[in-house]
Amino acid sequence: MKPVVHVENVSYAYDGGNQEQVEALLDVSLKIWPGEFVAVIGHNGSGKSTLAKHMNALLVPTRGNVYVFEMNTQDESWVWEIRQTVGMVFQNPDNQIVATTVEEDVAFGPENLGVEPGEIRRRVDEALALVDMTGYEKSAPHMLSGGQKQRVAIAGVIAMRPRCIVLDEPTAMLDPVGRTEVLRTVRRLASDEGISIVHITHFMNEAVYADRVIVMEEGRIALSGTPREVFSQPATLRKLDLDVPQVTELAGQLQAAGVALSRCPLTVEEMADDIGTLLGRGPCRSELHSH
Amino acid sequence: MNFANAAVGQYMPGESLMHRLDPRTKMLVSLGIIIVLFVVSNPLAYALLAVPIVLAIAISGVPVKLVFRSLRPLTFIMVLTFVLHLFMDPGEALFSIGRITATDQGLRLGIVTVVRLTLLVLATSIVTMTTSPIAFTDGLERLLAPFARLGLPAHELAMMMTIALRFIPTLLEETDKIMKAQMARGADFESGNIAKRAKAMIPILVPLFVSAFRRADELAVAMEARCYRGGEGRTRLRELAFSGEDLAVLIVAGAYTVAVAVAL
Ligand SMILES: Nc1ncnc2c1ncn2[C@@H]1O[C@H](COP(=O)(O)OP(=O)(O)OP(=O)(O)O)[C@@H](O)[C@H]1O
Ligand SMILES: [Mg+2]
Repeated sequence: MKPVVHVENVSYAYDGGNQEQVEALLDVSLKIWPGEFVAVIGHNGSGKSTLAKHMNALLVPTRGNVYVFEMNTQDESWVWEIRQTVGMVFQNPDNQIVATTVEEDVAFGPENLGVEPGEIRRRVDEALALVDMTGYEKSAPHMLSGGQKQRVAIAGVIAMRPRCIVLDEPTAMLDPVGRTEVLRTVRRLASDEGISIVHITHFMNEAVYADRVIVMEEGRIALSGTPREVFSQPATLRKLDLDVPQVTELAGQLQAAGVALSRCPLTVEEMADDIGTLLGRGPCRSELHSH
Repeated sequence: MNFANAAVGQYMPGESLMHRLDPRTKMLVSLGIIIVLFVVSNPLAYALLAVPIVLAIAISGVPVKLVFRSLRPLTFIMVLTFVLHLFMDPGEALFSIGRITATDQGLRLGIVTVVRLTLLVLATSIVTMTTSPIAFTDGLERLLAPFARLGLPAHELAMMMTIALRFIPTLLEETDKIMKAQMARGADFESGNIAKRAKAMIPILVPLFVSAFRRADELAVAMEARCYRGGEGRTRLRELAFSGEDLAVLIVAGAYTVAVAVAL
């Protein structure tokens, strides 16, 4: 199997004005595999957005290489292929919707690729169905909720038939309902459609659903592993200025109080199961759901 | 102040012949009428030019009241030009108020100007009200395409219009929000003379501009990420289609307009 995106010893420096250089990435290496759901966390200014923009040639490395399949992002002749293969969703839902209706916006990408009209229609309908926005084809973007706008933006990327979608804090400006909608959509894309997802987020409880969590710090990858591996190190995370999910926090406190859990729980459901087992009542998942 | 219902000449979806026509047909016909409107000066010609406009409004099924509402923002300008013509133009005196005198020539020219402006606004409104923004900008792009060879950025103009249309509601909403925020801090936009009120607008305009530039920046990146690279090689979800209906309307309306221009 070939990685969709291969980041190889990449460093990047912004021109900070008056001859200053801002080192935003330092020798970062990383592979994104087909169908993989990767979460990227890290405090403000740690280089997450800079890394994201390298994955579809919005930025090219100062040193090192980024490959999308075989295509090197340094090679300008591949830039449109690369951007079609790796789609990007941004934080502010308003500032990435171009057209005056939902369907026209979803069509924007395929139109740029020169896809013929009948095929565009098929892709638009399919993409809107995938993000649960069928029926909103003719709606004006400003009439939608934040979560809906963000799902339209995701549909706009899906319509380009990408192999990987990079989402840069797509939930940061949404209310809890919108966040849940977007997260559910993104998880489904990874599991059902086999599209690789790179999900940059500030919310630890969103990162727990990933296959792999990458923690950025000062332009480097500080920590990487499964959510359980990463979040079972609360001390390390706190040193990196990051929170742990609330349940993990609680588990830590229980542990400190002498209550030994069999694993580090990541979600409320897992926590409920663990406590149930501990109390000798077995997993209580069904009980929790019925409430 | 509420901006939410500020939209004049806004698209009213429908299925009428006016809605079905290709935007290019509608634009060309109304452009022709407008040109002739400003070339002729015979009262009969204005009456004849009003016929296709009234007909289009009737066919469109758009409520007449809504079409005429688009005249409202221009009332002030119309009254002003009428008064200026009436009192400033030379000619036989009709009556005087103090030292200023109304003239017959002025009255005639005043009426002509008001009629021209009214027909102009009605002719453009009925086009924008029966054409979706997308079809409108597409039509404009295609009409201007021949001039692209002379260096006219036809595609870019159309794209700018689309983006403007997309962001007007967003920016109006934002203006509303900023105004409310400033009012909550005691700002006063309603009292005082013009200078004072204009000054009160500064704390609204500054954040609005800052945010608009940030939006523009982010939108440009988002468009690049979605492979936007200008108009070349771009396809459309809905290609414009010039039908038999269009041809018929274009020929009939075109012949009529030319006939009016030549005969009068
Ligand atoms: N356009 C730019 N010009 C100069 N410096 C920049 C620019 N963009 C980012 N930086 C700097 O590069 C570093 C990394 O920024 P980046 O935006 O990648 O961080 P981030 O992890 O995405 O942060 P956040 O969580 O705030 O989005 C920061 O120190 C930032 O100040
Ligand atoms: Mg960022």
